[in-house]
Amino acid sequence: MLDTRPADPSKFIQGRTGPWEVILGLEVHAQVASKSKLFSGAAVGFGAGPNEQVSLVDAAMPGMLPVLNRYCVEQAVKTGLGLRAQINRRSRFDRKNYFYPDLPQGYQISQFEFPIVGEGVVEVERDDGATFEVRIERLHLEQDAGKLIHDLSPSESYVDLNRAGTALMEIVSKPDMRSSEEAAAYVKMLRTILIYLGTCDGDLEKGNLRADVNVSVRRPGEGLGTRCEIKNVNSFRFIQEAIEHEARRQIEILEDGGRILQETRLYDPNKRETRSMRSKEEAHDYRYFPDPDLLPLELEQAWIDEIKASLPELPDDKRRRFMGDYGLSAYDAGVLIADQAKADYFEAAAKGRDAKLVANWVTNELSARLTAGDLEINESPVPATYVAELVDLLGEGVISSKIAKEVFEHVWNGEGSPRAVVEKRGLKQVTDTGAIEKAIDEIIAANPGQVAAVKEKPQAVGWFVGQVMKATGGKANPAAVNEILKSKLGI
Amino acid sequence: MTDLTQLTLKAALDGLKAKQFSSEELTRSFIDAIDAANPKLNAYVLPTADRALAMAKASDARLAAGEGGALEGAPLGIKDLFCTEGVRTTAGSKILSEFVPPYESTVTANLWADGAVMLGKLNMDEFAMGSSNETSFFGPVVNPWKSRASNADLTPGGSSGGSASSVAADLCLAATASDTGGSIRQPAAFTGTVGIKPTYGRASRYGMVAFASSLDQAGPIAKTVTDSAIMLKAMCSHDEKDSTSLNVETPDWPSFVGRSVKGLRIGVPREYVVDGMPAEITALWEQGRKWLEAAGCQMVEISLPHTKYALPTYYIVAPAEASSNLARYDGMRYGLRAEGNGKSLTDLYEETRAEGFGKEVQRRLTIGTYVLSAGYYDAYYVKALKVRRRILQDFENVWDKVDAILTPSTPSAAFALGDKQIDPVAMYLNDIFTVTANLAGLPGISVPAGLDANGLPLGLQLIGRALDEGTVFSLAGALEDSAAFTAKAEKWW
Repeated sequence: MLDTRPADPSKFIQGRTGPWEVILGLEVHAQVASKSKLFSGAAVGFGAGPNEQVSLVDAAMPGMLPVLNRYCVEQAVKTGLGLRAQINRRSRFDRKNYFYPDLPQGYQISQFEFPIVGEGVVEVERDDGATFEVRIERLHLEQDAGKLIHDLSPSESYVDLNRAGTALMEIVSKPDMRSSEEAAAYVKMLRTILIYLGTCDGDLEKGNLRADVNVSVRRPGEGLGTRCEIKNVNSFRFIQEAIEHEARRQIEILEDGGRILQETRLYDPNKRETRSMRSKEEAHDYRYFPDPDLLPLELEQAWIDEIKASLPELPDDKRRRFMGDYGLSAYDAGVLIADQAKADYFEAAAKGRDAKLVANWVTNELSARLTAGDLEINESPVPATYVAELVDLLGEGVISSKIAKEVFEHVWNGEGSPRAVVEKRGLKQVTDTGAIEKAIDEIIAANPGQVAAVKEKPQAVGWFVGQVMKATGGKANPAAVNEILKSKLGI
Repeated sequence: MTDLTQLTLKAALDGLKAKQFSSEELTRSFIDAIDAANPKLNAYVLPTADRALAMAKASDARLAAGEGGALEGAPLGIKDLFCTEGVRTTAGSKILSEFVPPYESTVTANLWADGAVMLGKLNMDEFAMGSSNETSFFGPVVNPWKSRASNADLTPGGSSGGSASSVAADLCLAATASDTGGSIRQPAAFTGTVGIKPTYGRASRYGMVAFASSLDQAGPIAKTVTDSAIMLKAMCSHDEKDSTSLNVETPDWPSFVGRSVKGLRIGVPREYVVDGMPAEITALWEQGRKWLEAAGCQMVEISLPHTKYALPTYYIVAPAEASSNLARYDGMRYGLRAEGNGKSLTDLYEETRAEGFGKEVQRRLTIGTYVLSAGYYDAYYVKALKVRRRILQDFENVWDKVDAILTPSTPSAAFALGDKQIDPVAMYLNDIFTVTANLAGLPGISVPAGLDANGLPLGLQLIGRALDEGTVFSLAGALEDSAAFTAKAEKWW
């Protein structure tokens, strides 16, 4: 495997005997956003009763045959295009054979040799705003399995086939991540892309997005080590924890002179450790072969082009545009594009005004409020037009930034638009220099000691500013206050 | 009145339309015949007399009103791998011995839509795996034909042994059957009946218990070429529920029977001469050529060089697909579940499948699992697929020289039950002339053409171009006319 990333010592893990580099590759399973299953007309949805969404095909009744869901194929192509990946015009479905009660057919229909999507690349942003690339090896379509329920009876297990046959996209990365943070950042980016495309709802809690993480460690500069695969990790936190624990485990073994055995492991978040599920020797022989019930999947270029033309702006394009067109910092752009709706909200408010200021309001005040209230941006009581108006009021010098916060508070509480709040509550900034001068004169007269002090130490003017603001109820224009104070105090 | 059960399908349909008899009368004759014969022949695993009479009465009402479909009132037998809603469907296996599907196969649904009457479900080799009907959980079907040399019970062939036997013994007007490697044509040849496997994709596989998906095709066994054409036309349709179903029109095949075959070029493949083939079969093949020549056809010697690999290829591809197709019979959701002493999940699987599947099915699942296993996949399965393409290519290479191919249907006449049970390879050789059409997806028909020295029927096979069943029916009609095969099994049951 070509190593495309130079070793970065800041990411090394220190062991007893020296530094180690961790190498990570991910297989992400994303449930296709579709009303029906990959090969049957049964409904897909959350919250149905056990086995209520199971067709004869899903239950693998004798003589039942799979029929490919065109919409799921479209979603996979769309995702492939969103990952800037090769769309394979000819792909094939294979059977992966194994016995388990949650797998009614006794095989999973998947794509083994010829996936629908080939190599691509995802540009991932780190917390510091810098980006790195993760290469995509492939994306293929496959069926999900059902679910076993063990806690209904002490002696029996039950099977719920609602999920059996649901369409999944397995997105396989190359081993291009070098830290647990990078792995989490990659999954976050992938999730954002999927949500932008509308091809997966990205809901980790419902298991609609889950990751298998391949972890290996090596001495910097050496060849790749033996990897272990941690199955089915379903939160960003667990992805990071699992990687950190697994890397530590491997380093300890190697430093003790041991050898890593290739195996499949599970992460136990309660015990905060990974444990062996099965070794390479115990691995199933899946006996993959082309599914004879399905013809090879052939796509017309015109159809692919049509899908391509319908793609929304992708997150990294949007980030570049926000930085270029609006002059936003990488960080602000990153925060905004992480949520498509928030990015749209920002754009609606930013058009034709100080975009950086709008971004500040959206990413700070508004986001903090939304988080505290557990609200999505589209549930915000403050529409984008109000943020725009608030920024306009600031630009027009009608209110100061301090007052703006107060205005925002009232707007949030439903008192109307920022202009209406300013009007109603008399929060208009005092720019009348006469009134400001009067207030300053009174303060100077009442505080001779402070006047003497400020002449020695001009920084102490802040105290006077504070007093003036207090006297004017915060409405005095801060620039005017500063100017008049400086001239009257002679500093 | 003559015995209605001896009518051909065509004659019965004409008689029903002309109100010479009712469907109920006709159906009752068959029910009586089945009652009398089934204890000896074991052709039906489930006669459905009440259902048949109810369907017949409904047909009579439609006929009385001047309505009705192409098969209105015609009593048929249904091979027990076509799922029939509310009627037990077993595929001849213990594992499905109590399975009642809540759905109908497309093929049978087409028949009922055309007004046909179901007499019952027909015996077959377990999961269609067998050439003698001896692998059925319900016991072997007995061929109505007897050798002059011995009174031993003979096999009707397999896997559609129940279909062939019931048609030959007048226990239905015609029957559905299925053909994965010869399971329609070999039993037809062994019982003096006509059996056709259409082009792969003509008949929907929806609701047909799968053996090997890329080879399985439904088709009829009937008394005459015309009857088989009427049946096939009713059975076939494009079906969106089967992704391998061809989106093509179903031609009016009965109208092809009786057409002139003058000027058609008939391929005679030199590779279909096999060691140890009885002289009578060689002679019959020669006779077939003469008949067609007399009808104006031109004989062309051709070579299908990969023929000798067809049987081994078939016995890799079919078991491989079967090993996966039959994985669903795991005792979890329906069918047999072993209530053994096993404690683990693996025990439950193993006991259920050991108890539920017969020896031949187990043998093929083992072969199939083996050839798909890591380390063997390329050497067996991948190679078999390559050879399969060569076999198809063999046929493609001759279609510019010939319009159809004439071969014997089987390398022998019907043999005694029990004869080949100990030697699976000898049993597999039964398919030697028929498997190529399955591997290449081509239509093939077996027409009764003569009797051997012991008075047992022999068949000739015609293989046609993909989707050219029409030519095959015309030629089969010509063979039928020339052979004038009228012999019937002497009734001993």
